[in-house]
Amino acid sequence: MVFLIRVQLREDYSNLIFYLSPLVAVALTLFFGSFIFFILDLSPIESFKIFFISPISNSYGISELFVKATPLAIIALGLSYCFKNNIYNIGAEGQLTMGAIFGGGIGLLFNDSTSVFLLPLMILFGAIGGAFWATIPAILKTKFNTNEILTSLMLTYVALFILDYFVVGPWKDPAGYGLPKSMPFPDAGRLPVLIDGLRVHIGVYFALIICLLTYIIFNKTLFGFKLRVTGLSSKASQYAGFKYKNLIFYTFIISGASAGLAGLFEVSGPIGLLYRDISPNYGFTAIIVAFLGRLNPFGIILSSLLIALTYLGAEDAQLFLKIPSAVGFVFQGLVLFFLLGTDFLNKYKVFIK
Amino acid sequence: MSIELIIGILNIVLISTTPLVFAGIGELVTEKSGVLNLGLEGLMLVGAVTGFITLVLTGNYFYSLFLSIISGVILSGIFAFLVLNLMTNQIATGLALTIFGIGLSAMLGKKLGGTPIDGLNPYYFIVISFLLVFFVAYFLSKTKIGLIVRAVGENHNSAYALGYNVIKTRYLTIIFGGVMSSLAGYYISICYAPMWQEGMTAGRGWIALALVVFATWKPWRLLVGAYIFGGVAIMQMNLQAIGVKLPGQFFNMMPYLATIIVLVFISSNKIRLKLSAPSSLNIPFEKNQ
Repeated sequence: MVFLIRVQLREDYSNLIFYLSPLVAVALTLFFGSFIFFILDLSPIESFKIFFISPISNSYGISELFVKATPLAIIALGLSYCFKNNIYNIGAEGQLTMGAIFGGGIGLLFNDSTSVFLLPLMILFGAIGGAFWATIPAILKTKFNTNEILTSLMLTYVALFILDYFVVGPWKDPAGYGLPKSMPFPDAGRLPVLIDGLRVHIGVYFALIICLLTYIIFNKTLFGFKLRVTGLSSKASQYAGFKYKNLIFYTFIISGASAGLAGLFEVSGPIGLLYRDISPNYGFTAIIVAFLGRLNPFGIILSSLLIALTYLGAEDAQLFLKIPSAVGFVFQGLVLFFLLGTDFLNKYKVFIK
Repeated sequence: MSIELIIGILNIVLISTTPLVFAGIGELVTEKSGVLNLGLEGLMLVGAVTGFITLVLTGNYFYSLFLSIISGVILSGIFAFLVLNLMTNQIATGLALTIFGIGLSAMLGKKLGGTPIDGLNPYYFIVISFLLVFFVAYFLSKTKIGLIVRAVGENHNSAYALGYNVIKTRYLTIIFGGVMSSLAGYYISICYAPMWQEGMTAGRGWIALALVVFATWKPWRLLVGAYIFGGVAIMQMNLQAIGVKLPGQFFNMMPYLATIIVLVFISSNKIRLKLSAPSSLNIPFEKNQ
């Protein structure tokens, strides 16, 4: 028997399916994930418990979930401006690193400060550092027409080497036994924690504020309208007289500043100093978070929690199941594959004859 | 500099540049047909680890090469299905492929990671890489199928109207690109290193992507670009050896900065870039329009 599959463009575009498809994608990922556990000779049910349930079954775990979700959400919210505008800034990891260098540098410069202004200054410089690193691809894109995907990515490698230079060179802690790390930031430069004894910090509030601001900007302002129009049709935007180059600049600066902010929060929050590996690929993973959240600010908050869970699960899987923590990337890649795939059902009706 | 030193440097450049040629020429063909595949890094890693594991388990170079190629066919086949049949965003799908490949390769390679292997002589692959560039240049410019590939990449609607099968053509070019990336990975883990280490391709997949733009989608220029790039990467080591005083990190970032500068140089001439880039690049083909 032969099945003939015919597809037809949907006329009744459905919001419900649009927001349900991430759930379908997550379900498919879990199904495939259990298949992978099965191949690795692990009991799928037991593995699932270790991967998705036990990491958040106590207050410490839930605090860690927010610690991981905060940078992901902040970066992804910033990236959603770019992606809405069809600009592909994939160098958030580098912008995060630059934010940590700029903001962290302030913390090291005033390392005997007890001023209440130190932390706000660090936060400001974190955002400036990230924005600065993002303006480079923005300038190259608008002035020289250079592909922003490649330049923003190459700059990520450059930023990582700059951080490496500082922590093994001028900023190395003299009392650090020669390890490649800076001295700790002063207490005035540390991000306050929300609950004593846990690592969850006030970055959570920043994430929520940025989420609300983004919602307002996307839906209630002319700037948000311009972004949406340009994303849907760059021709229509040109006819309307929107300055595309300015939009590129603004979206790059917003996403860079967000990534820089996230980087500063990481180093002045959970880490407390500068060293080589400040980010477990948050900048890249946030791309998935943004898409999984449908570029919707509230969706991004939800998807950041889900993807943060894959980080925690992967750490536990490494400890208890002896499988590499990279299994988290497998899940992240799968969920994006399935999400993009299920999008097909939003746009098309499928008939089987 | 003595003759021996120069020959030595040239030898290292030859050995280290070859994976860029493989991955770059594969991506060039894929892009010529109008598809942008950002998954090279993931494809290379999975190709590298598949070849490595098979070699450790069977001790047979032929099997390991074969399975490495198969891994490229499967992964790029999935990519092709998503972007061609489900018409997904090519950039997002390529990123998903890279992230998936980084994770999958690390998982697969964990158990046997440290096993020592006997490397394969890199010179076979170096010769093949030159032949490959010649073959692709000839194929694209002189054969009928090459013409179809270019037509599909320039304007898929016209190509479709003329009766060419856009989807099938793109499936073939994507899978060709995938296999070339796997070979690049295989070369790195079996000939160049020879060993397996997580993330051992170290961004070469991304550099290969930049090379295609650098080459303005022309095979011979890609070869030249790859060797310029390989030369810069090796030069930094030698500058350090000669005693140029600069922190090592600044030498390490040179290849990436060089890529950016070259990209700016190439793309600032808008007209030339427009003339050489396939017009349908990164635009999904929808039959029912």
